[in-house]
Amino acid sequence: MPDPNESASDALLPELARLIVSALNLDLKPEEIGPDDALYGEGLGLDSIDILEVALAVSKHFGVQLRADNENNVAIFRSLRSLAEFVSANRSA
Amino acid sequence: MVPLPLIAHRSPESVFAWRDGAPIAAAHYLAEVQRLAAAMPERGHVLNVCSDRYRFAVGLGAALLRRQVTLMPPNHTAGTVTELLGFAPDAYCLTDHPADDIDLPQLAFPPGEAIGADVLAVPRIDPQQVCAIVFTSGSTGRPEPHLKRWGPLVRNVVGEAARLGLQAHPERVLVATVPPQHMYGFESSLLVAMQSGASFDAGRPFYPADICTTLARIDAPRVLVTTPFHLRTLLGDVEALPTLDLIVCATAPLSPQLAREAEQRSGAPLLEIYGCTETGQLATRRATQTGEWEPLPEVRIDTRDGRTWASGGHVEQAMPLADIIETVADGRFVLHGRSADVVNLAGKRTSLAYLGHQLNSIEGVEDGVFYLPAETADDGVTRLAAFVVAPNLNRGALLAQLRRRVDSVFLPRPLVFVDALPRSSTGKLPHAALAALAATHLAKHAGPQR
Repeated sequence: MPDPNESASDALLPELARLIVSALNLDLKPEEIGPDDALYGEGLGLDSIDILEVALAVSKHFGVQLRADNENNVAIFRSLRSLAEFVSANRSA
Repeated sequence: MVPLPLIAHRSPESVFAWRDGAPIAAAHYLAEVQRLAAAMPERGHVLNVCSDRYRFAVGLGAALLRRQVTLMPPNHTAGTVTELLGFAPDAYCLTDHPADDIDLPQLAFPPGEAIGADVLAVPRIDPQQVCAIVFTSGSTGRPEPHLKRWGPLVRNVVGEAARLGLQAHPERVLVATVPPQHMYGFESSLLVAMQSGASFDAGRPFYPADICTTLARIDAPRVLVTTPFHLRTLLGDVEALPTLDLIVCATAPLSPQLAREAEQRSGAPLLEIYGCTETGQLATRRATQTGEWEPLPEVRIDTRDGRTWASGGHVEQAMPLADIIETVADGRFVLHGRSADVVNLAGKRTSLAYLGHQLNSIEGVEDGVFYLPAETADDGVTRLAAFVVAPNLNRGALLAQLRRRVDSVFLPRPLVFVDALPRSSTGKLPHAALAALAATHLAKHAGPQR
């Protein structure tokens, strides 16, 4: 069954990629981040400092604040797609 | 030598810690210390990775009772744990969460609750007893151990507690964004409360919204123990800051703008602490009032033989400091940045030489060097760059190797593959040549993007 949020969150992917690259001053182009690439560890290699920077950028840009008690915090930052789904589900809801 | 009490709390009901807005009594803490001590194996060294600050404190107290040394390595990567075993083959891991990635025998924090007694029988610890061994990454690649005896530790944090006004205000609660397994958090979020009769929150709030929630739940005067980076993120993300009694900040000098903003928005003074892993906390200053640091009681900072040394007070052996320091009147001093080669990011310190050694130890790397770009002035965390000659390695494989060897905060960003490094005829890498190489390759990353 198609997720009703899917199209809305897919539309956020390029915007979030740009946000991450600019917030973290990354050594790549936004379109080089695949929607399902791992953000932590072996993939993009983000660490907890980056996660706080991205959280701040997401809060400023989308008005969505992250909390440690958000269900499954690790899952939110698993990939660009999971982050987009979280933002899409929580922005100005 | 007179044994020194584990905690300074006076009555069984004295608040020792807080968790989820509820106080934990001193008698309860001591009962849990005794219970855990009885469950600890017959070993000499413990790696306490409890993420709950209160449980870490229980583990620390129990280890002291069992005369076990708490090990504090700079990180818990596989490589570090292996080196730790070389240092202390009997080490085991005390944990309150699944820690499968740590390859040591594990002791899970016991479930259930101990019952506190009606009278407070505070254990006393020999001041000569080694409480902890804290490691710094040495320049040769081997971690260097620094012994922390109970007596000097107590002396250090009692002096610090006076600066924080904790003896006069034991009702104050410390809420910290830093872990207790790091020297700053160990002393300034935990020991300083244990030794002054104040209390601390068991959590370690991460996101700005979590910091606010934790503070709001505590019905007592609050002290925020944090770093410039966490403070900057907090102020940037939160509209209304909960009122505070005090902000304590360390690991890097704070910009004067951020110090002013933090004081204005929290209604609290902001006290910065200067110290290092080798010496513990050395001095404090209130940045909105002075640029000069005031050493803790009886601590001396002076310059000899072209180096700056810390001595006196809790500092057992005169210790050279990695910062460029100018002493001024009455023992006070001004910081002028770090000595060349020293890297200090997000409270973790290493040297470019150590990182270069790790990089060049990777099979397939023919030559490589780390480079520290000019640090950002906005209280963010500057990342390192690295240049590497490794024609037969790809980026992913090299980074995976490096990740095993160095803390993630030091991973190069960017990692630039080059055909050769600009070495002189004598094989040296002149700083100017490296700066020119960096300017060429890092230019595309420049610009204010935050």
